[in-house]
Amino acid sequence: MVHQSRTGQARRRLTQEQGEAVEHNDNVRLRPPRHRVDRRALGWWTLQSSLFALPLPLTFGILWASIPPTRTFFMWATLISLVPGILYVAVMPAWRYRVHRWEATDEAVYAASGWLWQQWRVVPLSRVQTVDTLRGPLQQMFGLSGITVTTASSAAAVKIKGIDHKIAGDLVEYLTRTTQAVPGDAT
Amino acid sequence: MMADTDVRRPAHAAGRDWERLNGRLLLVNLSILAAPLAMFFASLALTGGKTNLQIIITLGSLFVTFLVISGIGLMRLFTTRFRLTEERFELHSGLVFRSRRSIPVARIRGVDMTANPVHRLFGLTTLRLDTGEQSDSAGRRFSLDGITRADARELRRRIIELRDAGQARPVADSDGPLCELDWSWLRYGPLTVWGVGGVLIAASSVYRTLHEMQVDPLEWGIVKDLQNRFGSVPLWYGILVCVVVLVALGMAGSTATFVENWYGYELRREDGGILRVRRGLFATRSVSIEEQRLRGLELVEPIPLRWAKGAKLNAVASGLGNLEDNRRRRGLTPPVPRGEALRVAAETLPVGPGLIERQGLTRHPQAAMWRRVNRALLWTALIIAIQIGLGVWLGSWLIVTGIFSGAVVMPILIGFALSAYRSLGHGIRGRYLVASSGTFARRTAALQRDGIIGWTITRSAFQRRKGLLTLGATTSAGDGVYKVHDVTESQGIALAETAVPRLLAPFVERVPDGHRPH
Repeated sequence: MVHQSRTGQARRRLTQEQGEAVEHNDNVRLRPPRHRVDRRALGWWTLQSSLFALPLPLTFGILWASIPPTRTFFMWATLISLVPGILYVAVMPAWRYRVHRWEATDEAVYAASGWLWQQWRVVPLSRVQTVDTLRGPLQQMFGLSGITVTTASSAAAVKIKGIDHKIAGDLVEYLTRTTQAVPGDAT
Repeated sequence: MMADTDVRRPAHAAGRDWERLNGRLLLVNLSILAAPLAMFFASLALTGGKTNLQIIITLGSLFVTFLVISGIGLMRLFTTRFRLTEERFELHSGLVFRSRRSIPVARIRGVDMTANPVHRLFGLTTLRLDTGEQSDSAGRRFSLDGITRADARELRRRIIELRDAGQARPVADSDGPLCELDWSWLRYGPLTVWGVGGVLIAASSVYRTLHEMQVDPLEWGIVKDLQNRFGSVPLWYGILVCVVVLVALGMAGSTATFVENWYGYELRREDGGILRVRRGLFATRSVSIEEQRLRGLELVEPIPLRWAKGAKLNAVASGLGNLEDNRRRRGLTPPVPRGEALRVAAETLPVGPGLIERQGLTRHPQAAMWRRVNRALLWTALIIAIQIGLGVWLGSWLIVTGIFSGAVVMPILIGFALSAYRSLGHGIRGRYLVASSGTFARRTAALQRDGIIGWTITRSAFQRRKGLLTLGATTSAGDGVYKVHDVTESQGIALAETAVPRLLAPFVERVPDGHRPH
């Protein structure tokens, strides 16, 4: 453990020196966090997006089938609402799965989320105020959990969604233990 | 909470140092009932004494509503008790939902006084204690709604004295205010944009109220007369007149708002390291900001104000309440000449001049400009496309207007885009991270680097392709996040690392050769 943290420090010192050197250097970039979310998140997002995108075309479709005089109108309505819906259901989950990642070191929580618009958030553990878990009914069906790490900022909550229930439990325990050890009121 | 109650009951019964709200609150609460009564008589006068069921139901329900409001107010008056001991401030209130709350005096961050016009009529004021809680609910606030001004001042003095006892607090070299109202600033009053919207909202609500009371202003003789006289002028002339009238009313409204908000304004540094803003004509407001909670400053220049070389100065401070409260209370100056705003900034945060000057900030890459220009072109295309689409359906004249309006709108939007690009800038100045941006209102914010409690990096598809990112510094103060828009990835990383060393560094890697961004 001691050895590990010492190499960690050495690495940090190295990267800090890099950080000072990067001022006019073009070849650094943010690396993605280490851990992917659980594969089951794909199923969860697919179900979620279909629940969001499919009811409208379905309603139009039923109307199209059941009210003959308005056939052409509802045919177009069905198609127009169905195409973006299907695109969304087909593209979003896989894309999210490529982007969503998380990592917790002994100093910070780091998470990436989003698909078209992507957010990468870093919060130092010394500034964490609360660690919450949230499991919606859909996430529960897939055995998944979501974690929200809040700070004193109203805009900086780090959300890690769709990770395995057990891993989430361990992560919450790790985070609460580490953040309790840090004195101060975290503002 | 129950345990607390049991312990304190004897003290409560003795009631020696427990204080109540002022009895004059009774009159304040009863005066609320005057509004529906006045409306009733007004409607009688306007309709010539004829009433019908609809009016009676409307006004009756209004009366009952106000009766309930007044009843709640009275209940608060009779049930609220508070006291200040050596260590705590305690507040008991409520009849049905009893609340007994106490706060350690050392936790009180600020004590503010606000008085609405009715309160002022009776010499009362509302004292509000800031606990630094990021709570949204009004019920969680510590406020004494209705004590006399003298009592409030005394209480505030005692609270601050107790809180600061035993601590070395800076004593203000109070040789006058940092800034005081200068009536020549009134010229900036009309330049706040929302005035026009305010006129529309006011007009529509007046019309609706009159309509509810069976009074139709369109039927009045004077309106009919206007209609007869000007009913035959061409449409474009009518629209022009309407716009001019609307803008004039909007300007008048904005000026009135300026006067109401900023009458008697002064910014002062007081004992105990507190900045205090006092202002207001009908409702007087007093906001105090602990200097140690002041995390930075923000200079705001909406376009009309910028053209008139004016600016507003806001505080970036924690403990000013939730986002909405913060928006209402953060103002350190009214719209003032730019130089004056910079002078106040330099005196408020004595870290050397030019903290929130845009001069000397690092420019952002060209790609940031293309992003803004592309956005302008996209909006233009949308405006044209909608009209052409409608034109195909409704008639070809819309296609012509579509092309014309596109030709007019495009240079304007591109102008905005270029100006937005020129607004961009960032830099590190001593202990502060400075970032400037904005299309319609240019905001230059200086945020203490110690106050940064995390980074939020957002990237759209376009930004990823061009190697740009938007770096957000999150903080407990002000808006919660202050953004540096559209810097290159390495620029952003370098900035973040300089501002808060070692936070981002573990997550940075070198780009393997051959994968360099262009």
